[in-house]
Amino acid sequence: MSETHSSGHLGLPDSEAISARAAEWIVEKETGAWGEADEAALQAWLADSPAHRIAYWKLEATWDRTHRIAAFKPARRRARLAAVGRRVWPVLLRSAAALAFVCAGGAVAMYFSQPPREQAYATTIGGHETLALDDGSRIELNTDTAIRIAMTGKTRRVWLDKGEAYFDVHHDAARPFVVMAGNARVIDLGTKFTVRREAKRLNVALLEGRAELDNGEQGADARSAVLRPGDVAVATADTLAVTRKPEAAMKATLGWRRGVLVFDDTELTAAAQEFNRYNRKKVIVGDAHTARLRIGGTFPSTNVDAFADAAEAILGLHVQYRKNDIVISR
Amino acid sequence: MSDTSDISREDATPRREGGRMSAPDLRAWFLGEVLPLEASLTRFLRRNWRNDSDIPDLLHETYVRVYDAAQREIPASAKAFAFATAQNLLVDMVRREKVVPIEAASEMDMLDVALDEPGPDRKAIARDELRRLQTALDHLPPRAREAIVLRQVEGLSRREIAQRMQVTERTVKWHLTEGLRALAKAFHGDSRGAP
Repeated sequence: MSETHSSGHLGLPDSEAISARAAEWIVEKETGAWGEADEAALQAWLADSPAHRIAYWKLEATWDRTHRIAAFKPARRRARLAAVGRRVWPVLLRSAAALAFVCAGGAVAMYFSQPPREQAYATTIGGHETLALDDGSRIELNTDTAIRIAMTGKTRRVWLDKGEAYFDVHHDAARPFVVMAGNARVIDLGTKFTVRREAKRLNVALLEGRAELDNGEQGADARSAVLRPGDVAVATADTLAVTRKPEAAMKATLGWRRGVLVFDDTELTAAAQEFNRYNRKKVIVGDAHTARLRIGGTFPSTNVDAFADAAEAILGLHVQYRKNDIVISR
Repeated sequence: MSDTSDISREDATPRREGGRMSAPDLRAWFLGEVLPLEASLTRFLRRNWRNDSDIPDLLHETYVRVYDAAQREIPASAKAFAFATAQNLLVDMVRREKVVPIEAASEMDMLDVALDEPGPDRKAIARDELRRLQTALDHLPPRAREAIVLRQVEGLSRREIAQRMQVTERTVKWHLTEGLRALAKAFHGDSRGAP
């Protein structure tokens, strides 16, 4: 590209040509293979003229800002996700006390029967780690998550003690891969899936292949389901429900793997709760009216400010920045 | 890359009026004090110059002159200085052109009017910017928009974007470059006057 910019009839430098060159520099630096020679060439170009520097700064400021703003879209009017299929099994509990006894006993027995080669991994709030296992499987840990892994010649076991993880399992029929979360178990049948543990329920979303989910009960209380791609299972203490989700919704569920949160017609309280999983600075929704407002859009999961900005600008809400939290209200 | 997202906040701009500045300070001053004037500077230039196609070059030259002066000494008021610089530039251009633009002679005193424009508070500027950038993003050609979002929001690499969009990396680069320029125009400039 020519560095001499043709002058117009005013004899001024051609600002369009300079701006085009500056944009190329930024895009190349930000997205290309950038080496020392490139950096030196850029610095020389910038040093060449204040006109170059100004054009570069201006575009650089815009580039940075697009990052912050994310792709905020105003919430669409309640477009319901079409549930392709819905199967619900209520699980009736005969005796809560008996259940607790059986579970406790089961957990202890399992714990002591494991070889001592258990390894623990954890992420802090806002963290995201990928573990590559020897067997070719991969586990991605989302924010504030703790797991333990025990591999033997015959079995592969993972305990999800808290949080959420994505599993890409290298299937081996002779060596089952089992994820345990509380009482529930997910048994891999050649799959990619996520498991998310919350206070009172467990979410399992299946992306590829098949997996079996069971509630860890015996006899009449035992419930299990084979999950197929698109299936999202929600298990609580006494229910196990499976819903089929469209592909777009599944992708949104997995936004965290790319460091983003995807909202689509989501209530503000639910969106705030999601952000609070990823950030120490908490978002507090100040009143019931605000709580029911709905938003959509894609946000970097660790950028609470971008979310607050959006709430302020698009929904016209009042945002109060405090030391440890951000209060959003009418 | 340094975070310039705070430039509209009061405390982000170093104030060392009447003194020399280091290069990073000068950059921060320029981004925080001068660039936000772009919309009103553009209006001022439009009102006082007949040929609209000259406006980007005139604006850029104004910036260069403001910057050159600020390297020696930071003006006490960026706004007053920028408008005075723009006016001087137009006078120079009229002399060089030896053609007086139709309105130039009579309306050069518009400067006072431009300076009296109420300065919106910074909070309002920030809100306005967010809306403008979102609008600009929405109005980008779909492919450019897709490339920008995949890169800046979803954090994909150029190769990943190319695979996702089923185009070459060179095309992705082109979309990103064009998209960035269109966004910068809408973001810093006078969107009201834009087509």
